[in-house]
Amino acid sequence: MSSAFLGMPPFPQAARRALADTQLRRNLAGATRTIRDKRAEVVRELPDWEELREAGRALKERTLRHLDHYLLQLEERVTAAGGQVHWARDAAEANRIVTRLVQETGEHEVVKVKSMTTQEIGLNEALGSAGITAYETDLAELIVQLGEDLPSHILVPAIHRNRAEIRDLFRREMAEAGEVGDEPAELAEAARRHLRRKFLRAKVGISGANFLVAETGTAVVVESEGNGRMCLTLPETLISVVGIEKVVPTWQDLEVYLQLLPRSSTGERMNPYTSTWTGIEDGDGPRSFHLVLLDAGRSDTLADPIGRQALNCIRCSACLNVCPVYERTGGHAYGSVYPGPIGAVLSPQLRGTGGAVDRSLPFASTLCGACYEVCPVKIDIPEVLVHLRARVVEETGERRRTPSPEALAMRAARWVFSSPARLAAAQRVAALGGRAVGSRGRVGRLPGPLAGWTDARDAPAPARESFRQWWKRTHR
Amino acid sequence: MRTALFITCFNDTMRPATGRAVVTLLERLGCTVDFPLGQTCCGQMHFNTGYQRDCVPLVRRFGEVFADYDAVVAPSGSCAAMIRHHHKRVAEVAGDRELQQAVRTAPPVYELSEFLVDVLEVTDVGAYFPHRVTYHPTCHSSRMLGVGDRPLALLRAVRGIDLVELPDAAQCCGFGGTFALKNSDTSVAMGADKVRGVLESRAEVLCAGDNSCLMHVGGLLSRLRTGVRTMHLAEILAAGEHSAAQRVGAGDPQYARVTDAAATAGRSPR
Repeated sequence: MSSAFLGMPPFPQAARRALADTQLRRNLAGATRTIRDKRAEVVRELPDWEELREAGRALKERTLRHLDHYLLQLEERVTAAGGQVHWARDAAEANRIVTRLVQETGEHEVVKVKSMTTQEIGLNEALGSAGITAYETDLAELIVQLGEDLPSHILVPAIHRNRAEIRDLFRREMAEAGEVGDEPAELAEAARRHLRRKFLRAKVGISGANFLVAETGTAVVVESEGNGRMCLTLPETLISVVGIEKVVPTWQDLEVYLQLLPRSSTGERMNPYTSTWTGIEDGDGPRSFHLVLLDAGRSDTLADPIGRQALNCIRCSACLNVCPVYERTGGHAYGSVYPGPIGAVLSPQLRGTGGAVDRSLPFASTLCGACYEVCPVKIDIPEVLVHLRARVVEETGERRRTPSPEALAMRAARWVFSSPARLAAAQRVAALGGRAVGSRGRVGRLPGPLAGWTDARDAPAPARESFRQWWKRTHR
Repeated sequence: MRTALFITCFNDTMRPATGRAVVTLLERLGCTVDFPLGQTCCGQMHFNTGYQRDCVPLVRRFGEVFADYDAVVAPSGSCAAMIRHHHKRVAEVAGDRELQQAVRTAPPVYELSEFLVDVLEVTDVGAYFPHRVTYHPTCHSSRMLGVGDRPLALLRAVRGIDLVELPDAAQCCGFGGTFALKNSDTSVAMGADKVRGVLESRAEVLCAGDNSCLMHVGGLLSRLRTGVRTMHLAEILAAGEHSAAQRVGAGDPQYARVTDAAATAGRSPR
């Protein structure tokens, strides 16, 4: 995945840093609540919302079961329509293909539609090292790029910035901005003037796609700002980098997702722009079209019967907006272009659980279930999180020569809980501790790993008489 | 109907007052409940932390201990959800046919409010509790079990109660089992917002159906010396005007305070 996130600390440490940023906390709390409420309102309008979710899930699962078939069909139809299909096993291969395609045009600049997939593979950095400059044209992506920042949300990558911060950034980095104010309309106007020149000059456009329709070989991008439409129609060459899981069989299937996505994502009934393109057309749009189909861990994910549901994701970000963890830590703490609950199940599967960040992500959740409740394709994120926790625990056990302190504690707990006599004995020991605390009934400081509890919270003292002791005394 | 109480290891050790309250309450409603002493733990901590194999013997024990009952009642939403939704998965991971069969044929497990409203079909349990109370719907009870309005319906029927809404009630309190230790900073940040809601409600008692969540929020409320106490739903529902039976709670300071207050009926401490 993108090298930009390399060297990030595991989630708990990254979160601690983020939690200390009061401006970030305020920006996130405000923004997530606004989108959350908007979504809830437009979802309430649809009496068949639950049926739509179920259809969205079932269609994805069926398509993924027959993915080989639909991908070959897609390749055939794209080729028949004058496009060229390239297969990329991993990020490096995809970057090599795109770089070569741009170099063949002789251009040194490209304009980009907001795309999670190209962020995932770190395309901008790869192009940069080949002397090609990529201009992001989505407003929030532009803000991130100008600030040499990292995205922190799937839909609104600059959600961690407020408009005062953005005004300062524009004044500093954007010649067209002048003495721009902090009104959203003013900021958008400055960005529009800045971007217009890039659109008119660009010969190569790069995009992702929200969906690929197999039956006709059509790519689909949904967006709000119109920058996508510009990038998809003005340049001579269009290169789309798309994950293999984005394919849907028919236009009829697409209908389900075009209802689910905008309501879940921006909280709108319909998104302002939906662009579709099928290969190339004489006298209309790009003269050459390349589709780069990316695996990068997706086949491996598909092989996992519980984990594979993460591939249903349509990148709406509803789970981020309702996640109480995300709301407080923001996206950077997740060390990946995919933050929030979906990131916590997607990143460790796409990248593997070899690194400390990816091993920490499945644990970055209270399993409260708010994400599952809103997911438009019914990904049971808590189920996948727990499944990945088991994978991390097992791999850690295999890697270490001696069991971790946590594994030992869990083993000890299993031993105690395997016998009511042992549990009763453990309770008597705990009760002694409780007695030592005296009548205050609370514990202010605990040692070792339990200090994490008492840093900010009192701990209750264990009861002097356990329930089972009381029952034996009174009911027998 | 043979009903068994699954107290949960946490309540057994840390908050027996809740178990005593469940027994008081059910006996008052004419329901005889048994407490099979072979019970220990549902395995939730192991399962949710990634130690699925370590909870196999616990799931097996649970099945053996409760096999002969018609219903099991548990004063914990998250433990009831663990049993209802995840014991099946543990048996699958173990690859044990016999265990899978045992899980399939196990008696239904009800969270306390489900048992009262759906099985005993009562909402007015004859409780008297003249205090200002706010209720936090714990995530596993509301999202995994779907207990919905049941706890609130039970609380609304309590005489003397001043039940007030908790702002942002549906947001997770930040406990999350071992999350509270592994990600203690985030856990506390979430808990701090829950505390803010509790204080805004100006309640003197924070009530919930899971003592583990209450230990977390209660730990913050206590550290800050807010003067707000936490009580399990069962403890409020067991409180009565003539609560001699509840004096068994003496020895647990928190419980003792509550019963004393209930005994001095009508004289609200506010």
